[in-house]
Amino acid sequence: MGRFSFFGEGLPNIDLEELKGKLIVLEGTDGVGRSTHVNLLKQWLENTGHAVLDTGMTRSALAGKRLRAAKEGHTLGGITMSLFYATDFADRLENEMIPALRAGFVVLTDRYIYSLMARSIVRGADPEWIRDVCSFALKPDAVFYLRLKINDLITRVIQTKGFDYWESGMDLHLGQDRYDSFVEYQSRLLAEFDKMVDQEGFEIVDASGSIEEVFDDLKGRIARVLEPEPRPAPQKAKPRTD
Amino acid sequence: MPASMKMYGKHRFPGRLFIVEGIDGSGKSTQVSLLHKWLESEGYVASFSEWNSSPLVREVTKRGKKKKMLTPMTFSLIHATDFADRTEHDIIPPLKAGAVVLADRYIYTAFARDVVRGVHRDWVRGLYGFAVKPTVAFYFRVPLDVAMKRILGGRDAIKYYEAGMDLELSADLEESFRMFQSRIIEEYEKMVEEFGLVVIDATLSIEEQQAEMRRIVTEALTGTKKTRVRRWVDLASLGKASPT
Repeated sequence: MGRFSFFGEGLPNIDLEELKGKLIVLEGTDGVGRSTHVNLLKQWLENTGHAVLDTGMTRSALAGKRLRAAKEGHTLGGITMSLFYATDFADRLENEMIPALRAGFVVLTDRYIYSLMARSIVRGADPEWIRDVCSFALKPDAVFYLRLKINDLITRVIQTKGFDYWESGMDLHLGQDRYDSFVEYQSRLLAEFDKMVDQEGFEIVDASGSIEEVFDDLKGRIARVLEPEPRPAPQKAKPRTD
Repeated sequence: MPASMKMYGKHRFPGRLFIVEGIDGSGKSTQVSLLHKWLESEGYVASFSEWNSSPLVREVTKRGKKKKMLTPMTFSLIHATDFADRTEHDIIPPLKAGAVVLADRYIYTAFARDVVRGVHRDWVRGLYGFAVKPTVAFYFRVPLDVAMKRILGGRDAIKYYEAGMDLELSADLEESFRMFQSRIIEEYEKMVEEFGLVVIDATLSIEEQQAEMRRIVTEALTGTKKTRVRRWVDLASLGKASPT
């Protein structure tokens, strides 16, 4: 038995036995520091001798460019946006992540199906529907959920890039201005992520500390995921006489 | 705040949705276009939505096909994205307004093609769970040889994905097309009962098929309002007529 499995029926023509690498996911709301940590972790992993593929939403060769452009126009409906993201994800899963896993890489992904599902549900999609749509995904080895309380998140976003149209959920008309909308939208996303903690087996990582603190925390957790798998018990004990 | 998503069969709209399905060369596009003209001449507001036509995703699909970048899964998802965009923009709003919407190919095209490509049957049905259930779904049943003759007789060359060349059934385009389409027919035939598709014998004359469609559509239109919209052309002709 290979280590990997799909959530549901899965992709056609994939031999799971061939997948050797590790699939590690960083999740969390916007502005929580995911991409910073993906970059730091990548360097650290490469320094310690692991080959790393990093990937993230809207980076697919197939749909990434158009998806980013479509967002500029702000005309995507909720279901359409969910499926466009799913297309982008599938392209990266099949053409980037799976080949890398086959080659024994550590795949480090900035967001996974969980962000896709959370955004979709917040935009009115049927939770069961979007879950089934995403069920062709591989179950990751670990999901680290970088968590910040809404107030800390606001402070951080104000200090960095400000309130982005989509990150404020402006398409949902939740508040009078970007601030109100951001607070409401990100609170709803947080609630969806929090619901997934038990259901999806997220490891919660407190993202309120300094970059160094969070990075150290993540390193410790990832080191445990990368430990060689314990050899089957019979090999430890003296083999019985046959 | 977006309204919560409604699933297949749960939408309640005053409008009517008629769709046509069938393999390439079944004549369904000719029939739906005749139906469109007739509906408008009868005074209905009818709009038309075509498979794979959303301006938003068309470029991705086109590029993906041209560069042969599509896997069965991304092929399926990009077509569903296109369909979602058209559902949200071109299908649901006119149905809400009580209009008639016509579609050349619908979710059943995806069910047939994607399943033949190896995508899981239940997964693809779930994927399109948001689709509006058509008032009537016509299936133009045609023997493969008849359809092949119609296609090879005219129009453009058969394309890579249309012939299912990605499935590597045969190195010969025409042979691959034949094998691919015969599997599609098998899938359609299974769906006749599953989704209550209304079968039209596509070997009959164009006139006979159209008469049958109009009979069925007329029945389904009971209670739909005719909204004759005077266009500026009509007004102009009135203007000319009135002084005399």
